Amino acid sequence: MKKHLLIIWLVVLAGRVLAGDWTGFRGPFGNGVSDEVGLPVKLDIEKHIAWKVELPGKGLSSPLVMGNRVFVTASGGTRQDRLQILCLSSIDGSVIWHRQFWAMGSTMCHSKTSIAAPTPVTDGASLFAIFSSNDLFCLDLDGKLKWLRGLTVDYPNARNSLGMASSLVLSSGVIVAQVENDSESFVAGLDKRSGRNLWKINRPKSANWTTATVHKSKSGKEQVLLQSGKGIHAIEPDSGNVVWHYSDGASTIPSSALKGNILYVPSQGLTALKISEDGKSFTQKWRSGRLRPGTASPLAYRNHIYSLNNAGVLACADIDSGKRLWQLRLDGPFGGSPIVAGNHLYVFSEEGVAQVVDLTAPEGDISGKMDLGEMIQCSPAVANGALYVRSNSRIWKIARKTRL
Amino acid sequence: MKHTRILLALLVTGLGNFEFGISADDEFSKSVAALRNVGSEGEGNLAASQAMEYLSNSGKEAIPTLLSAMDGANPFAANYLRGAVEVIFNKTLEEGGSLPLIELGEFLLNKSHDTKPRAMAFDLIRRTDAGVANRLIPGLLGDPSVDLRREAISRLLIQASDLVKENKKQAAVLIYRQALDAARDLDQIQTISSELRELGRNVNLTQHFGFLTNWNLVGPFHNKDRAGFDEVFGPEKNFALDTEYKGIDENVTWKQYATDDEYGMVDFNEPYGALKEVTGYARTTFISASDRPAELRLGCKNAWKIWLNGKLVFGRDEYHRGMRIDQYKLPVQLNKGPNIILIKACQNEQKEEWTVQWQFQLRVCDATGTAIHSISKTGSKVAVK
Repeated sequence: MKKHLLIIWLVVLAGRVLAGDWTGFRGPFGNGVSDEVGLPVKLDIEKHIAWKVELPGKGLSSPLVMGNRVFVTASGGTRQDRLQILCLSSIDGSVIWHRQFWAMGSTMCHSKTSIAAPTPVTDGASLFAIFSSNDLFCLDLDGKLKWLRGLTVDYPNARNSLGMASSLVLSSGVIVAQVENDSESFVAGLDKRSGRNLWKINRPKSANWTTATVHKSKSGKEQVLLQSGKGIHAIEPDSGNVVWHYSDGASTIPSSALKGNILYVPSQGLTALKISEDGKSFTQKWRSGRLRPGTASPLAYRNHIYSLNNAGVLACADIDSGKRLWQLRLDGPFGGSPIVAGNHLYVFSEEGVAQVVDLTAPEGDISGKMDLGEMIQCSPAVANGALYVRSNSRIWKIARKTRL
Repeated sequence: MKHTRILLALLVTGLGNFEFGISADDEFSKSVAALRNVGSEGEGNLAASQAMEYLSNSGKEAIPTLLSAMDGANPFAANYLRGAVEVIFNKTLEEGGSLPLIELGEFLLNKSHDTKPRAMAFDLIRRTDAGVANRLIPGLLGDPSVDLRREAISRLLIQASDLVKENKKQAAVLIYRQALDAARDLDQIQTISSELRELGRNVNLTQHFGFLTNWNLVGPFHNKDRAGFDEVFGPEKNFALDTEYKGIDENVTWKQYATDDEYGMVDFNEPYGALKEVTGYARTTFISASDRPAELRLGCKNAWKIWLNGKLVFGRDEYHRGMRIDQYKLPVQLNKGPNIILIKACQNEQKEEWTVQWQFQLRVCDATGTAIHSISKTGSKVAVK
C-alpha cells in the first residue's frame, strides 16, 4: 500500500513546480528573491565551483532549475541562427538532452547581446523558450518538441536590429510574449497547450527589453504588469484588456520589482506604486530620483529596496519611504540583475566577478568575491542550495562543497 | 526506404488529404503530413504536437525520410521535422545503435534536396563519424548550402595559410582565389581579401558582393515627427528621372550619384548635408538577363521602403538600431530586361553622434548570396560568381 501511495504521490508531483525551483526570469515570482539557505557567502573559486560545463553557443538568458534538472538556452552557428536548448543534470552538469532548431526570425543583434537573451519559463510540465529572433518553442521536460511559433514569420516587422530580450511570463495558464520594438510592436497571450494566439494587443512602437511582472490579488486573480516607455499597463492575462495604466513613463531596460501589492518601477528614478486590493487601480506611494537603476533591475527584500546604478553603486533604501539609507560601491558594470537569498545579495559583473553583499551589515558589506574570468550578463538562478550562472561559453554551479 | 516510398506517395497525393488506414506506415505518413501542414499563427500546432509524439518513437531508418520531408517545407514544418530527427538520432546513440551513415551521406550528396536538411545530414554524419565527415568536406566547396560550403572554405584557408608559411606565395594566392570565389559569408570574405591584399593582389569586393553603386537621388522631403515614412511623396507616384518634385524648401530633381565605397554605401549626407527629419529617394535600373527569382539584400539603419518596378516589396520604420550587410533579405522576381529599384530612406530627429547616418547599401543576389550582376551596356556579364 505504501508503495502504491508513493507512486501516486510521484505521479501527482510530476509536472508540478516544487518550492525552491527557479522557473523563470528572476525566479518563480519574478522578483529575484529566493528562500534558499546555505549558499556560500565567502566565495572561493577552489571550493565553491561544484561544476562548470561548456555551452554550445552564446547567451545571457538565465538558467532555470526544476528539481535536479537545469535548463539553459544558447545560440550558435556563424549567423547565430542555431537556437539551442539544453537540459543538464544539476548534480554533475552532464547533458541530459540538447535540442537545436533553426532560427526563423532575425538573428541580428548588438555584439554585446545574443540571440539567447530572453529567459525561458516553465510551469513544471513544459518548458517555453523564446529567443531574440522571436522564435518560441514549447518542449516537454524530456526535450520533446510540443509546439513552436515563429512570431517574426507571422509578423514580419516584429524585430529589433539591436536584439530582443523580454522574457516570457506565465499567468493564469497563458504565456505572455512581449514583442515590443520600433515597428510592429505587440504583446500576445498564447495558449500554453497549442501556442495559438488567445489575444494580441498593439503596444508602443518603441524598443523595449523589460520583462513583465505577474501580480496576484488577494482574491487570487492575476494581472500582468507590462512595463514600457509609456509606463505600466496592467492587463488581464486571459484577454489582454488594460485594467489600469500608470502613464508617467518607465525605463525600457531594467524591469520592475514586485513585493506584495507594491510595484517598484524604474520610472523617474524609482517609483513605488501601490496596487489596490481588488487590483483595479493604483496609487503612487513614493518616488526617488536617487534610486535610479542602471541596467540591473531593482530588488525588494524584507524592509528594503536595492538599486544598482550604471556606476556599480548599490543603493539601499527604506521600502516604505524610498529614503536612501546607504550606498556601497561594487565592481561593475552589471548587465544582469542581483538576486537575494538568506540575507545576502548575489550579483555578477560583466567582468565575471561574483560578489556577495551581506545585507545584515549596517551599510552592507561585501562578504565574498570570486572572479570567474568571463563576461557574465545573466541574472543567476538559485535552487538546491546553489547558484547557477552562465557566460557566453559555459555555465557554473556554485555551492558549498558539503552540498555536492 | 519503405517510409520514403510512403512519403513520396503522400507528397504526390497532396500531403494526405484523404482518409488513412491504421497501419504504421499510414500513421507515419499522416504524422509527417501534420507537421508539414502547420501554418502561421500556430495553425495546426495541436495536430503537430500529436504527430511529434508518434514520430519521435520512430526508428533510425526514418531519419532520411524525415529529412526528405523538409524539402519545400515552411520554416515551422522544417523545425518540427528537425525536432523529430534530433530525438530519434539521440535515442539511437544513447541505445548504442548505429546510424544509417550511407543513407545520410547519399542524402547530403543529392543536391536536389533543400539546403537545410542537407546541412543537418552533414551535422549528423559528423556526430556519428567525424572521419567520414572530414573526407566529404572538400567536395562541398561550391555547395548551394552556405553552411556546407563554409566548411570547405575553412579547409582551404588552412591550406593557403600553410602555403604562405612555407613561402609558396603563388600557390597560396590561387588557393585564396579559389576560396574567395566560393565564399559567401562576410567574415570569410574579409579574411580572404585581407590575405590576398597582403600578398599584393587586388580584390574587388564590390564586384564580389554585387553592390549596386550607380544611383539617382532626390530629396530632401520632410520627415517631421517621423511622418515622412507613411507620406507618399512625388517619387512614389512618378519616378521618371526628368520629374521635378516639391521638396521641403524648393523644387527638387534627380541627381546622379555613384559610390566608390567598397561595400556600396549610398550616403544621402554627401549630396544633401547632415540633415535631420528628412526623407530621400534613390533609384537605379537593374538589367536582368532573364526572368528569374532573386533577393534584394539591404542594409540600412534608417526607416526605409523599397519598390521593384513600382511594386512595394517591404518597408520598415526602425531608426538607428544597427546596420549590417544583408540585414534584410527580400525575395523578388526579376523581369528580363530593365528593373527599376526605388528606395526611400528616412532620417529622424535624433541628435546623438551615432544617428548621423542617412544611408543604405543594396545588392542583388540569389538565395545563396551569390551576386547577380546587372547586364552592362556591352552585355558582357550576367552573373559572376
